[in-house]
Amino acid sequence: MRALWRRMQFLAALSQAQHIGRRYFVTNGFDGALAQLGPCMGFFVSGDVRLGTVINACIGAGVALGVSGVSSTDVSEAAERRRELQDLEAAMVASLEASAHARASRYLPVMVALVSGAAPLLVSLCILLPLWAAAAGLPLPLRPLEAAILAAFAVIFLLGAFLGRIAGTFWLWMALRTLVIALVTALVVFWVGHR
Amino acid sequence: MAAVRRVVLDILKPHKPNALEFARVLAEQGPGYRVSVTVEGVDARTESIVVVVHGEDIDFDAIEAAIRDIGGALQSIDEVEVVGGGT
Repeated sequence: MRALWRRMQFLAALSQAQHIGRRYFVTNGFDGALAQLGPCMGFFVSGDVRLGTVINACIGAGVALGVSGVSSTDVSEAAERRRELQDLEAAMVASLEASAHARASRYLPVMVALVSGAAPLLVSLCILLPLWAAAAGLPLPLRPLEAAILAAFAVIFLLGAFLGRIAGTFWLWMALRTLVIALVTALVVFWVGHR
Repeated sequence: MAAVRRVVLDILKPHKPNALEFARVLAEQGPGYRVSVTVEGVDARTESIVVVVHGEDIDFDAIEAAIRDIGGALQSIDEVEVVGGGT
């Protein structure tokens, strides 16, 4: 088991899977958060909407984003890795089919695709938690949609902070930047809804 | 039976794994193997390295398979040191 783990780590390092996976996680997580913030704001502006309708719409969006993340990343990364392997083989003037590089080029798209699909789904579930809590009858300090919108802002803020840490810059600055993007998105939806 | 004590190999490899990881993988092929790697030249995608493996009884096939497995191409065997087992 330990040997298998070391082997997986070796393949991940060889293909820079961690960096690529992290990038997809943040990008698609951000997509997921904004994609949930949009409908939540829309329902909030609309006023009297059944909680079940909101939950179903948001779950649908989350699942669609997850499936889209897995499939699009798998296809694009597989093509990218295949080309990279071919370039490397041309430079080596040798076949690398039996090498760790070929194995990494086969496994990396799968690993990264799973991360890419899981990110928007997990983010969506986090944002939907207050809605589920309200549907289950748990008391909330805010109305369900307001709590979900607040959760979306919180998740986006945390993703920004994570990005800031990766970039080695001041985490709060990056977190505030992403939060401003979310606020602008919310305001646009609010404005469109009130026209 | 004759035992291989030392081999010097000329290898072309991709940048990854780096020299340290490359040496580590080769050293794991047998007990007491000592491996040194010298980078002789660096290209856009590849590196030419000289690998020296020391050991009491080097399993050359295992070394060659490991080199292939981590993406290296053995260009030539430049030096060998073999100790005869006969009486």
